[in-house]
Amino acid sequence: MSAPVRYIDRTRDYYLGQGYDKPYEWAHHEDAPFTPLTKPLSESRVAIVSTSDIAVKKPDGDRDRDNEFAVGNVYSLPSDTPIDLLYSRQEHYDQHATTLDDVNAYYPVSRLGELVDRGRIGELAPRFHGVYTGYSKRKTAEIDAPEVLRRCIEDEVDLAVMTPV
Amino acid sequence: MSLVARHLEANGIPTVMFGTAKDIVEHCGVARFVFLDFPLGNSCGRSFDADHQHQILELGMQLLEHATAPRTTVQASGIWNDDDAWKQLIFTDDQPFLSGQALENWMTAKQRYRDKKAAGEL
Repeated sequence: MSAPVRYIDRTRDYYLGQGYDKPYEWAHHEDAPFTPLTKPLSESRVAIVSTSDIAVKKPDGDRDRDNEFAVGNVYSLPSDTPIDLLYSRQEHYDQHATTLDDVNAYYPVSRLGELVDRGRIGELAPRFHGVYTGYSKRKTAEIDAPEVLRRCIEDEVDLAVMTPV
Repeated sequence: MSLVARHLEANGIPTVMFGTAKDIVEHCGVARFVFLDFPLGNSCGRSFDADHQHQILELGMQLLEHATAPRTTVQASGIWNDDDAWKQLIFTDDQPFLSGQALENWMTAKQRYRDKKAAGEL
Protein backbone atom coordinates (compact mmCIF):
# COMPACT_ATOMS: atom_id res chain seq x y z
CA MET A 1 0.00 0.00 0.00
CA SER A 2 1.45 3.36 -0.96
CA ALA A 3 1.56 6.39 1.30
CA PRO A 4 -1.54 8.56 1.69
CA VAL A 5 -1.93 11.48 -0.70
CA ARG A 6 -0.34 14.64 0.68
CA TYR A 7 -3.21 16.92 -0.17
CA ILE A 8 -1.70 20.06 1.36
CA ASP A 9 1.41 19.80 -0.81
CA ARG A 10 -0.49 18.55 -3.84
CA THR A 11 -3.13 21.29 -3.85
CA ARG A 12 -0.55 24.01 -3.24
CA ASP A 13 1.49 22.90 -6.23
CA TYR A 14 -1.62 22.41 -8.35
CA TYR A 15 -3.05 25.87 -7.76
CA LEU A 16 0.35 27.56 -8.06
CA GLY A 17 0.63 25.85 -11.44
CA GLN A 18 -2.74 27.30 -12.38
CA GLY A 19 -1.57 30.82 -11.71
CA TYR A 20 -2.85 31.37 -8.17
CA ASP A 21 0.02 32.98 -6.32
CA LYS A 22 -1.22 32.73 -2.76
CA PRO A 23 -1.44 29.19 -1.40
CA TYR A 24 -4.38 28.36 0.84
CA GLU A 25 -3.32 28.22 4.46
CA TRP A 26 -4.87 25.17 6.05
CA ALA A 27 -5.87 25.46 9.68
CA HIS A 28 -3.10 24.31 11.98
CA HIS A 29 -2.95 23.60 15.70
CA GLU A 30 -0.40 21.82 17.84
CA ASP A 31 -2.90 20.71 20.44
CA ALA A 32 -6.49 19.53 20.23
CA PRO A 33 -9.36 19.66 22.72
CA PHE A 34 -10.69 16.34 23.99
CA THR A 35 -13.90 15.39 25.79
CA PRO A 36 -14.32 11.81 27.04
CA LEU A 37 -17.62 10.03 26.57
CA THR A 38 -20.04 11.07 29.25
CA LYS A 39 -22.18 7.93 29.08
CA PRO A 40 -22.10 4.51 27.38
CA LEU A 41 -22.58 4.49 23.61
CA SER A 42 -25.70 2.39 24.09
CA GLU A 43 -27.28 5.30 25.95
CA SER A 44 -25.94 8.07 23.73
CA ARG A 45 -27.80 10.32 21.34
CA VAL A 46 -25.81 10.72 18.13
CA ALA A 47 -25.79 13.44 15.48
CA ILE A 48 -24.04 13.62 12.13
CA VAL A 49 -22.28 16.85 11.25
CA SER A 50 -21.19 16.89 7.63
CA THR A 51 -19.64 19.07 4.96
CA SER A 52 -20.91 16.78 2.22
CA ASP A 53 -23.52 19.34 1.11
CA ILE A 54 -26.26 16.84 1.75
CA ALA A 55 -29.66 17.93 0.46
CA VAL A 56 -33.21 16.72 0.10
CA LYS A 57 -34.63 16.06 -3.34
CA LYS A 58 -37.70 18.10 -4.05
CA PRO A 59 -40.17 17.69 -6.85
CA ASP A 60 -39.82 21.32 -7.85
CA GLY A 61 -36.07 21.22 -8.22
CA ASP A 62 -33.07 22.08 -6.15
CA ARG A 63 -32.99 23.20 -2.55
CA ASP A 64 -32.21 26.85 -2.04
CA ARG A 65 -29.02 27.43 -0.07
CA ASP A 66 -30.56 30.49 1.54
CA ASN A 67 -33.49 28.57 2.91
CA GLU A 68 -35.10 29.73 6.10
CA PHE A 69 -33.49 27.05 8.23
CA ALA A 70 -29.94 28.09 7.43
CA VAL A 71 -27.92 30.34 9.71
CA GLY A 72 -24.68 31.48 8.10
CA ASN A 73 -23.23 28.33 6.63
CA VAL A 74 -25.13 25.91 8.86
CA TYR A 75 -28.34 24.07 8.08
CA SER A 76 -30.12 21.06 9.51
CA LEU A 77 -32.14 18.16 8.18
CA PRO A 78 -34.46 15.81 10.08
CA SER A 79 -32.46 12.66 10.81
CA ASP A 80 -35.37 10.48 9.73
CA THR A 81 -35.41 11.87 6.18
CA PRO A 82 -35.73 8.78 3.95
CA ILE A 83 -32.37 7.90 2.44
CA ASP A 84 -33.89 7.79 -1.03
CA LEU A 85 -34.60 11.50 -0.78
CA LEU A 86 -31.04 12.46 0.14
CA TYR A 87 -28.28 13.36 -2.25
CA SER A 88 -25.11 15.43 -2.21
CA ARG A 89 -24.52 18.56 -4.24
CA GLN A 90 -20.83 18.55 -3.35
CA GLU A 91 -18.53 18.77 -6.35
CA HIS A 92 -15.19 18.87 -4.56
CA TYR A 93 -14.41 15.18 -4.46
CA ASP A 94 -12.42 12.87 -6.71
CA GLN A 95 -14.84 12.74 -9.61
CA HIS A 96 -12.43 10.67 -11.65
CA ALA A 97 -12.21 7.86 -9.10
CA THR A 98 -15.62 7.68 -7.44
CA THR A 99 -19.18 8.99 -7.31
CA LEU A 100 -21.42 10.30 -4.54
CA ASP A 101 -24.25 7.99 -5.57
CA ASP A 102 -24.21 6.06 -2.29
CA VAL A 103 -25.02 8.60 0.42
CA ASN A 104 -23.95 6.19 3.15
CA ALA A 105 -20.38 6.26 1.85
CA TYR A 106 -19.99 9.79 3.28
CA TYR A 107 -23.15 10.42 5.34
CA PRO A 108 -23.72 7.15 7.23
CA VAL A 109 -27.35 7.64 8.17
CA SER A 110 -28.51 4.09 7.39
CA ARG A 111 -25.50 2.54 9.09
CA LEU A 112 -26.09 4.62 12.24
CA GLY A 113 -29.74 3.59 12.21
CA GLU A 114 -28.61 -0.03 12.16
CA LEU A 115 -26.38 0.63 15.17
CA VAL A 116 -29.45 1.92 16.99
CA ASP A 117 -31.35 -1.24 16.03
CA ARG A 118 -28.53 -3.37 17.42
CA GLY A 119 -28.36 -1.37 20.62
CA ARG A 120 -24.78 -0.29 19.93
CA ILE A 121 -25.79 3.36 20.22
CA GLY A 122 -28.80 4.81 22.01
CA GLU A 123 -30.61 6.86 19.42
CA LEU A 124 -30.26 9.34 16.60
CA ALA A 125 -30.64 13.01 17.35
CA PRO A 126 -33.71 14.57 15.75
CA ARG A 127 -31.60 16.70 13.42
CA PHE A 128 -28.37 16.21 11.53
CA HIS A 129 -26.32 19.25 10.55
CA GLY A 130 -24.62 20.46 7.41
CA VAL A 131 -21.87 23.05 7.15
CA TYR A 132 -20.96 24.58 3.82
CA THR A 133 -17.23 24.78 3.45
CA GLY A 134 -15.83 28.27 2.95
CA TYR A 135 -12.57 30.08 2.51
CA SER A 136 -12.74 31.86 5.83
CA LYS A 137 -11.38 29.88 8.75
CA ARG A 138 -12.42 32.75 11.01
CA LYS A 139 -16.06 32.48 9.92
CA THR A 140 -16.01 28.73 10.39
CA ALA A 141 -14.56 29.04 13.88
CA GLU A 142 -16.50 32.08 15.06
CA ILE A 143 -19.89 31.67 13.38
CA ASP A 144 -20.47 28.19 12.00
CA ALA A 145 -18.92 26.06 14.73
CA PRO A 146 -20.79 27.85 17.54
CA GLU A 147 -24.03 27.47 15.58
CA VAL A 148 -23.50 23.72 15.23
CA LEU A 149 -22.73 23.55 18.95
CA ARG A 150 -25.89 25.49 19.77
CA ARG A 151 -28.03 23.12 17.75
CA CYS A 152 -26.36 20.05 19.26
CA ILE A 153 -26.94 21.35 22.78
CA GLU A 154 -30.54 22.18 21.92
CA ASP A 155 -31.03 18.58 20.78
CA GLU A 156 -29.20 17.20 23.84
CA VAL A 157 -26.66 15.42 21.64
CA ASP A 158 -24.14 13.21 23.45
CA LEU A 159 -21.69 12.76 20.59
CA ALA A 160 -21.16 13.80 17.01
CA VAL A 161 -20.02 11.86 13.97
CA MET A 162 -18.11 14.25 11.69
CA THR A 163 -18.03 13.48 7.98
CA PRO A 164 -16.53 15.39 5.09
CA VAL A 165 -17.11 13.79 1.69
CA MET B 1 -14.86 20.23 9.36
CA SER B 2 -11.96 19.80 11.78
CA LEU B 3 -12.51 23.30 13.17
CA VAL B 4 -16.13 22.46 13.96
CA ALA B 5 -15.08 19.17 15.59
CA ARG B 6 -12.58 21.05 17.75
CA HIS B 7 -15.24 23.51 18.86
CA LEU B 8 -17.63 20.74 19.88
CA GLU B 9 -14.88 18.97 21.82
CA ALA B 10 -13.87 22.19 23.55
CA ASN B 11 -17.45 22.61 24.69
CA GLY B 12 -18.13 19.15 26.05
CA ILE B 13 -19.36 17.13 23.08
CA PRO B 14 -17.17 14.15 22.08
CA THR B 15 -16.61 13.71 18.34
CA VAL B 16 -15.15 11.23 15.93
CA MET B 17 -14.05 12.30 12.47
CA PHE B 18 -14.14 10.04 9.42
CA GLY B 19 -11.99 11.19 6.55
CA THR B 20 -9.74 10.46 3.59
CA ALA B 21 -7.43 13.49 3.72
CA LYS B 22 -5.09 12.42 6.52
CA ASP B 23 -2.68 15.31 6.30
CA ILE B 24 -5.36 18.02 6.34
CA VAL B 25 -7.17 16.60 9.36
CA GLU B 26 -3.99 15.97 11.34
CA HIS B 27 -2.61 19.38 10.38
CA CYS B 28 -5.61 20.93 12.08
CA GLY B 29 -5.74 18.43 14.93
CA VAL B 30 -8.90 16.67 16.14
CA ALA B 31 -9.69 14.47 19.09
CA ARG B 32 -10.43 11.18 17.27
CA PHE B 33 -9.93 10.38 13.60
CA VAL B 34 -10.71 7.28 11.52
CA PHE B 35 -8.59 7.54 8.40
CA LEU B 36 -9.58 5.61 5.29
CA ASP B 37 -7.10 5.67 2.40
CA PHE B 38 -9.77 6.09 -0.27
CA PRO B 39 -10.46 8.88 -2.78
CA LEU B 40 -12.21 12.06 -1.62
CA GLY B 41 -15.89 11.12 -1.60
CA ASN B 42 -15.69 7.91 0.41
CA SER B 43 -14.97 9.05 3.94
CA CYS B 44 -17.25 6.39 5.46
CA GLY B 45 -16.41 3.37 3.34
CA ARG B 46 -16.75 1.77 -0.04
CA SER B 47 -19.87 2.74 -1.98
CA PHE B 48 -22.72 0.23 -1.83
CA ASP B 49 -20.76 -1.97 0.58
CA ALA B 50 -22.68 -1.94 3.86
CA ASP B 51 -20.27 -4.39 5.51
CA HIS B 52 -17.30 -2.16 4.84
CA GLN B 53 -19.20 0.92 5.95
CA HIS B 54 -20.07 -0.88 9.19
CA GLN B 55 -16.43 -1.74 9.79
CA ILE B 56 -15.48 1.90 9.41
CA LEU B 57 -18.25 3.11 11.69
CA GLU B 58 -17.46 0.48 14.31
CA LEU B 59 -13.82 1.62 14.37
CA GLY B 60 -15.11 5.07 15.18
CA MET B 61 -17.33 3.72 17.96
CA GLN B 62 -14.38 1.87 19.48
CA LEU B 63 -12.31 5.02 19.27
CA LEU B 64 -14.98 6.88 21.19
CA GLU B 65 -14.92 4.20 23.85
CA HIS B 66 -11.18 3.71 24.16
CA ALA B 67 -9.25 6.81 23.10
CA THR B 68 -7.84 8.58 26.12
CA ALA B 69 -6.09 11.51 24.48
CA PRO B 70 -6.62 13.87 21.54
CA ARG B 71 -5.05 13.36 18.12
CA THR B 72 -5.80 9.65 18.19
CA THR B 73 -5.87 8.35 14.61
CA VAL B 74 -6.69 4.83 13.50
CA GLN B 75 -6.42 3.66 9.93
CA ALA B 76 -9.30 1.63 8.57
CA SER B 77 -8.64 -1.42 6.45
CA GLY B 78 -9.46 -1.38 2.78
CA ILE B 79 -7.64 -0.84 -0.51
CA TRP B 80 -9.45 1.21 -3.12
CA ASN B 81 -8.16 -0.82 -6.06
CA ASP B 82 -5.12 -2.70 -7.19
CA ASP B 83 -3.26 0.23 -8.63
CA ASP B 84 -2.80 3.62 -7.06
CA ALA B 85 -3.53 5.63 -10.18
CA TRP B 86 -6.05 7.79 -8.36
CA LYS B 87 -3.39 8.81 -5.86
CA GLN B 88 -0.96 9.72 -8.61
CA LEU B 89 -3.48 11.69 -10.63
CA ILE B 90 -5.49 13.72 -8.16
CA PHE B 91 -4.62 17.43 -8.32
CA THR B 92 -2.25 17.10 -11.25
CA ASP B 93 -2.17 18.89 -14.59
CA ASP B 94 -2.89 15.57 -16.26
CA GLN B 95 -6.21 15.35 -14.49
CA PRO B 96 -7.82 18.66 -13.53
CA PHE B 97 -9.61 18.41 -10.20
CA LEU B 98 -12.65 20.26 -11.47
CA SER B 99 -13.79 20.49 -15.06
CA GLY B 100 -16.90 21.28 -17.08
CA GLN B 101 -19.93 22.32 -15.07
CA ALA B 102 -18.23 21.73 -11.73
CA LEU B 103 -15.48 24.17 -12.65
CA GLU B 104 -18.02 26.75 -13.84
CA ASN B 105 -19.97 26.41 -10.61
CA TRP B 106 -16.83 26.90 -8.57
CA MET B 107 -15.81 30.00 -10.50
CA THR B 108 -19.33 31.40 -10.11
CA ALA B 109 -19.26 30.77 -6.37
CA LYS B 110 -15.88 32.46 -6.08
CA GLN B 111 -17.10 35.50 -7.97
CA ARG B 112 -20.19 35.69 -5.75
CA TYR B 113 -17.91 35.60 -2.72
CA ARG B 114 -15.74 38.41 -4.13
CA ASP B 115 -18.81 40.51 -4.96
CA LYS B 116 -20.23 40.09 -1.47
CA LYS B 117 -16.90 40.92 0.10
CA ALA B 118 -16.54 44.03 -2.07
CA ALA B 119 -20.04 45.09 -1.05
CA GLY B 120 -19.15 44.70 2.61
CA GLU B 121 -21.62 41.87 3.11
CA LEU B 122 -18.99 39.48 4.45
